[in-house]
Amino acid sequence: MEPNASRRLWMYGTMVLSREFELAIKAAYLEGKQPVFNMARGPIPGEMHLSNGQEPCAVGVCAHLKYSDTVTATHRPHHVAIAKGVHLEAMAAEIFGRKTGLSGGRGGHMHLFDARVNFCCSGIIAQGMGPAVGAAMAAKLRGRRDVAVSFIGEGAANQGAFHESLNLAALWKAPVVFVIEDNAWGISVAKAAATAIERNSDRAAAYGIPGSYVAGNDPDAVYAVAGDAIERARSGEGPSLIEIDTVRLEGHFMGDGEGYRPTQEKSGLTARDPIPLYRQRLETGGVAGRALDDLEIAARSAVEQAICFARKSPEPVAEEAMQRVFA
Amino acid sequence: MKKRKITIAKAMAEAICQEMRRDPSVLVMGEDIAKLGGVFGNTRGLLEEFGAERVRDTPISETAFIGAAVGMAASGMRPVVELMFVDFFGVCMDAIYNLAAKQSYFSGGQVTCPMVLMTSVGGGYGDAGQHSQTLFATFGHMPGLKVVIPSNAYDAKGMMIAAIRDPNPVVFMFHKALQGMGWLGTVQRSVTDAPEEAYVVPLSKANIVREGSDITVVGLGATVHMALDAAEELQRDGISVEVIDLRSVAPLDRDTLVASAAKTGCVLCVDDDYVSYGIGAEILASVTEAVRLQKKPRRISYPDIPVPFAPSMEHAVLPNKEKIVAAVKSMVREQP
Repeated sequence: MEPNASRRLWMYGTMVLSREFELAIKAAYLEGKQPVFNMARGPIPGEMHLSNGQEPCAVGVCAHLKYSDTVTATHRPHHVAIAKGVHLEAMAAEIFGRKTGLSGGRGGHMHLFDARVNFCCSGIIAQGMGPAVGAAMAAKLRGRRDVAVSFIGEGAANQGAFHESLNLAALWKAPVVFVIEDNAWGISVAKAAATAIERNSDRAAAYGIPGSYVAGNDPDAVYAVAGDAIERARSGEGPSLIEIDTVRLEGHFMGDGEGYRPTQEKSGLTARDPIPLYRQRLETGGVAGRALDDLEIAARSAVEQAICFARKSPEPVAEEAMQRVFA
Repeated sequence: MKKRKITIAKAMAEAICQEMRRDPSVLVMGEDIAKLGGVFGNTRGLLEEFGAERVRDTPISETAFIGAAVGMAASGMRPVVELMFVDFFGVCMDAIYNLAAKQSYFSGGQVTCPMVLMTSVGGGYGDAGQHSQTLFATFGHMPGLKVVIPSNAYDAKGMMIAAIRDPNPVVFMFHKALQGMGWLGTVQRSVTDAPEEAYVVPLSKANIVREGSDITVVGLGATVHMALDAAEELQRDGISVEVIDLRSVAPLDRDTLVASAAKTGCVLCVDDDYVSYGIGAEILASVTEAVRLQKKPRRISYPDIPVPFAPSMEHAVLPNKEKIVAAVKSMVREQP
């Protein structure tokens, strides 16, 4: 399954939107945290996990999804949220802890919910997998053709929830696709030091479902593999597991000194940035540079508007902390 | 019309059955809940009427199927899931307290979590410390969960219907000593009349099951019956005991507790959960913050030890009628 020209442009534009968003978040996050890093300071407190470099995973998969499909994501959620169509301004406001945020500032960057597009994420490794199976089963039981996709990192494949969820999904032929973003690092522990096998996609065989490995952090390759898996789920043939070779251009969290990361790997990161590489491919394939420039301009403008909206939004008042505990 | 007597197990199954007939989004999942009808009988007959799509035996994968229930609830279904023994919560707590309990809050109310987690609690039958805990306070401590336990079949049916219709996650606990399973022994008072038709018992209201004027004894689940037995005996000694069936651990019906404490001026809490940071501690703190009691309040709870196996040890440390009678006598005779 190859992406057509318009899908390719959408993937490029969405990757750029995600990148621009994260660059803006990164800049705002660092305000008030320099020269001495204090996580509680500045307009965005708390941990910040950027997804720079992992955009191909998000766009290659979400290019096949509708709003009615469900996505559960991780503590590193921005690229997936943006590709799923989460409201950018409300998401920015949530990250800034504002009243106009997705949950009125109750969740912050690791707990983003947008019911309009059936997106949610959780800060606990692998724990979005069970809910994705549930969302998929809800669609199946009600005779809808919707699917669910659970994004996880490669470290999550060593959680019990991973194995329980794959077994349950396979047993019930749930229309769900499990997507592993393999950025090779679980905070400071390399994949090879944590995972007994080279490719987690091989674990699919243990549950009798298809497992695919996508090399090269390549949006088109992700698109092809994810398209097959999602079509398979939609047509009632059950779940699949995909592992995508990707790259974490930043530390695990903002402020991570990354002393554990080999210098050679760090210095080679820029060359592995998937966005310039994809732009180059598109231009080589005949897409006018001007069209790509326009997408970049549009992305910057949307991000500027979202950040501006967030900054101008009021902070929630303390009484609001007491609300929404129960429906 | 002749009144019928049903067990809590039957009441729960009947409630789920009636809600499944009424609402196609209700389904049941758990270990051994389909063909077997539940280890504790509370899903008996459902598979036969509703089939395997809506009455699903699960693998022994609590993390996955309780997590799946959260995803189903977020997607418009109303799953009723069973965690066979509350003691098993250790393998699936994230789905309960990080996902279900926080779904409304972290979504700013966009997404609800209408699910029921039914789970058996309590010991006294020699099953030792991984199958005999109640853990009321453990669950009651976590914001975002409703936590209830009926003491009789009437309440069990009405509370289960209320729980299924509630838009929030409800931990519906049932005490093994009250369940009506032949192999467990059952306190007969828990087997009650319950209307055939559907009805709702509110999840947030304690119930004054016996009115009295000298002392308030608060219990929940099995200890309600111990308190009622003690009250009958104490009546013969001229002591008038008010017994409150808590019914709901969270939210806690502080109004009913405080009103009764203000009337009697004397409060004893009886529960079979661990004493420290427990049910009794919360009730007595809530009451004494609101009312100046005439007598020192007291607790009878489970000591801070794992539940031992040998009956000679287990029974010695569980609450019982005799302990309540002795405590009440010493409390009411205390000079103010």
